[in-house]
Amino acid sequence: MFTIIARIFHFGFDNFRRNGWLSTTTVAIMTLALLVFGGLIMFGVVANRAVASIEDKIDISVYFNTNTSEDEILNIQQSLQGMPDVASVDYTSRDNALANFTANHANDPTITQAINELNTNPLEASLNIKAKKPDQYAAIASYLASPDLAQYIDTVSYTQNQDVINRLATIVKDVESGAIIIIIFLTLIAGLVVFNTIRLAIYSNRDEIGVMRVVGASNGLVRGPYVIAGMIAGMIAAVASIIIMVPIVYGVSPYLNVFIPGLDLFQYFYTHLYQLFLYELGFGVVIGASSSFIAVRKYLKN
Amino acid sequence: MIVFQGVSKNYNGKAPALEEVDFKVGVGEFVSLAGRSGAGKSTIIKLLIGEDKPSKGRVFFGQYEVNKLKDEDLPAFRRHIGVVFQDFRLLPTKTAYENVAFALEVAGRRSREIKELVPQVLDMVGLGDKMKNFPKELSGGELQRVAIARAMIHRPEVIIADEPTGNLDPFHTLEIVKLLEKINELGTTVLLATHDKEVVNNLEKRVITMDKGRIVRDDPKGKYILI
Repeated sequence: MFTIIARIFHFGFDNFRRNGWLSTTTVAIMTLALLVFGGLIMFGVVANRAVASIEDKIDISVYFNTNTSEDEILNIQQSLQGMPDVASVDYTSRDNALANFTANHANDPTITQAINELNTNPLEASLNIKAKKPDQYAAIASYLASPDLAQYIDTVSYTQNQDVINRLATIVKDVESGAIIIIIFLTLIAGLVVFNTIRLAIYSNRDEIGVMRVVGASNGLVRGPYVIAGMIAGMIAAVASIIIMVPIVYGVSPYLNVFIPGLDLFQYFYTHLYQLFLYELGFGVVIGASSSFIAVRKYLKN
Repeated sequence: MIVFQGVSKNYNGKAPALEEVDFKVGVGEFVSLAGRSGAGKSTIIKLLIGEDKPSKGRVFFGQYEVNKLKDEDLPAFRRHIGVVFQDFRLLPTKTAYENVAFALEVAGRRSREIKELVPQVLDMVGLGDKMKNFPKELSGGELQRVAIARAMIHRPEVIIADEPTGNLDPFHTLEIVKLLEKINELGTTVLLATHDKEVVNNLEKRVITMDKGRIVRDDPKGKYILI
């Protein structure tokens, strides 16, 4: 048994080496497929970050009547924080709101003067709420609309911005599901292209498979070396595709940063290099081996 | 050793490739299967090595009933037979040495044994000095000698040669036939399918003559008589 396995590996390496031109073509096609695969992973990262940055911009603010006490507001904050859909609740007191307002309009003498003349603080205390997902704002808004809270609350920004929030929520959802569909679809195509390349390579070896069978080689011994050669091609293609991706990601990264602030794609690529390589290696080896396995089966019939 | 019992083979709708073929080949015999192209020689060989199944009748090889063998049993069965083809059927990416060694490797023989046997057999067919050549670097006669070396390396009970001289000039033809005779003298049964009248007549051994899928003559020391 060990002898046979050792021979399968030996023949596999020999096949790969001696079918030089065919192996090179297979590796080249696989490298392209893995570049698509790696590109899709990076695309997924970019899409995620883009979605996150949109999500970050959505929130609702609740403004409380000026006669609502701070304790009551803090109670409401606590109950909001207890909701499963809520990511964060930030409290801005009336004094803070005034301080922010004054600071923001420090250069506008008319406003500063108007505030001074009022003698009282006209600004309301507020809670700024962020949900975990954009489509969860409706639930939070309806909680805030409950009769128990109505006496404390002056306005809720959601009611004013409902349309925009809903539209953003739809966009976020579409981008997420669209990205998944594109990734699955293109991965499938890349897989099929590799499968066909390997099938053609094995087709050109069909006479040899016939010879092996006439000489009395078992199915495993005929198929094994092709599977090994497919795996070798997958490994080399994984290394090649990562090497090719380095300058591409390096070049694209600054441009993406303009569109999606805070996204350093190259940094991400660099810190996840090992993981990315393992994905590519896994994809390459599995598709190389399984394509060979399936393609040879046809010639093992009699 | 080899028995064909009432064997017929039809390919859908066409004239039968074999019709009611009966013959026996004993251990150590040298039998020529003569007849023009399309007479049914190759079909007999295909049925014998299990590449195809008869439409009717039974084919025996030693203790095996070939027509009943399952796909997964064929590799082991084929190691009892050595086959030589007109088009040599060598593996182009392997050297002469590796092509011959391959027949032993697939049988799971030990590497040390292989290293010892292969050069001996290649020497015997006169290719001791061309072991490292790839098929594209060898002449037709040399290729066929490699194929014969490969067919006999695992000491099969029978060597089946399907038009082994079909692609060769008269000089190399003689060489190959002599080699087959030598193998036969060492005790191996040889079944030689050929349409070459010269080859058959020079051998002066048993000749089964075929025409249109039937056996028309079976002479113990025959000649190839054209009909």
